[in-house]
Amino acid sequence: MKALKTFAFGLALGLGAAVARAETLDCGDDTLCKIEATKVLKVGTKDDYKPWSYRAADGSFAGMEVDLANALGQLLGAKVEIVKVNSANRFEFLAQGQIDIMIASATDTAERRQVVGFVHPNYYSSGYNILLPKKVKATKWDEMTGQTICAIQGAWYNKPAQEKFKLELLAFAGTAEVESALQQGRCIGVLSDDNLINVQLADPKWADYYMPLPTQDDAPWGIAVRKADLDKPWGVLVAGAIANWHRSGKLLELEKANGIAESAYLRKMHEALKDHLATQ
Amino acid sequence: MLELFRQFALELKASGINLTILYDAFDFERFVSGLATTCALVVLCTFFSILIGAAGATVLGLSRGPAAMLVCAYVALIRNTPLLVQMYFFYFAVGSLMPVGQNAIGLPVPMIGNFTWAVIALSLYAGAFNVETFRSGIGAVHGSYEEAALALGYSRFKAFRYVVAPLGLRFSFASLANNLVDLTKATTVAYAIGVAELLYVSNQIWSDSLNTFEMMNVMLAIYLLLTGIVVWIIGRAQRAMRLPGFGVN
Repeated sequence: MKALKTFAFGLALGLGAAVARAETLDCGDDTLCKIEATKVLKVGTKDDYKPWSYRAADGSFAGMEVDLANALGQLLGAKVEIVKVNSANRFEFLAQGQIDIMIASATDTAERRQVVGFVHPNYYSSGYNILLPKKVKATKWDEMTGQTICAIQGAWYNKPAQEKFKLELLAFAGTAEVESALQQGRCIGVLSDDNLINVQLADPKWADYYMPLPTQDDAPWGIAVRKADLDKPWGVLVAGAIANWHRSGKLLELEKANGIAESAYLRKMHEALKDHLATQ
Repeated sequence: MLELFRQFALELKASGINLTILYDAFDFERFVSGLATTCALVVLCTFFSILIGAAGATVLGLSRGPAAMLVCAYVALIRNTPLLVQMYFFYFAVGSLMPVGQNAIGLPVPMIGNFTWAVIALSLYAGAFNVETFRSGIGAVHGSYEEAALALGYSRFKAFRYVVAPLGLRFSFASLANNLVDLTKATTVAYAIGVAELLYVSNQIWSDSLNTFEMMNVMLAIYLLLTGIVVWIIGRAQRAMRLPGFGVN
């Protein structure tokens, strides 16, 4: 009984403190103001998208997108709190306020712009392709018609790939299930990001696989904030940070540091934004 | 008529309610196929789970030997582990030990697909609950009925088959309705192994069109309807077999 009373008292105290804290932060809808007041930046990232965002052996988050999150945190002098999201829930997490910013390898599409605010410039770019075993001799997408291909639930290319090429998709919640299903022959290949496939192919584990088809629909990835924040200080600050990363070449450096082959998009953006006075 | 429907859906979209399943042919098609898969799962699993339940309860009603112990072990195992874990276990663990065939390009293909595994897992799951449901129904039939049947010259099996089981069934209906409603809702778990049922297709649709709110509401309404139909059918069966004094009438 005593323990219960103590618990109730503690709970009441905690609630009271939370209310008092919320009152002192008179920021309204201004996310930047809230981050500066609390000194905490909540970033939504995936944990199964190596090498962009994944969990390192010790359980901490790592990858290129996590590096970007940390760079933002450093810029703001805030503690970065990584929140794990997945392809199917990331936009709701952002829209509902569980995270302040989403850096979760999300392709910038018209449907998504109706729900969240994509900050520009874009920070990466990719298309979709199929990881196939070398036994499958295919060079054209039409040859994949009617074949069962594994995929991740919530990826933007699931629909166009089904509509255009009539693939039979078998979609799972995470990459672990997809890999088991592929190994057991439940699908002949994996529909995925072409960058991700390139990274996988560099690993000897995937020596018997290749990517023979041409990449489809190359489209840029966007960092997103809530729609209300897009033209407010928070959105503008993030846009400036991304532009600076392109200009300084930080994105190219991070890509290299994370073991990803240089993407044409980052090189193009760097060339366009680089300092014209810098000595070669 | 269809065109009118489409127009209405587009007007709804303009007012902020984006029901892609009503105007986008691709989404409509996959939604309908998802609904059909869910219905097939419900019908097949209901059938097999009742069969398993009846068989299990018969064994428990007639014997005390190793067969009864086996049934008890099955009920304990299935009832005390989460359905999602069972689903993964059957699909990824047991599935990998099953024989594989070969497809046209010489790649190995498992003989048992994800839909079949979902039917097996769900039937075993609901079956375990049905065993207990039927057992409790049979337990509610007073011992004097069996004695009277035996006195009239029935064998133990025939007394069970013609007297005890039919009476016990009437005591089981309320609890059976519970189990089958639960089964109807539990079919959504098949989503984890990629069976394209309602939740799976809805998830795909809201991932593409980001109309989560609308699709969640559509799902709620459809499951309400589906469970409503299940309850109604059981109610009909119950009324058709009505016997005053046995079971809730």
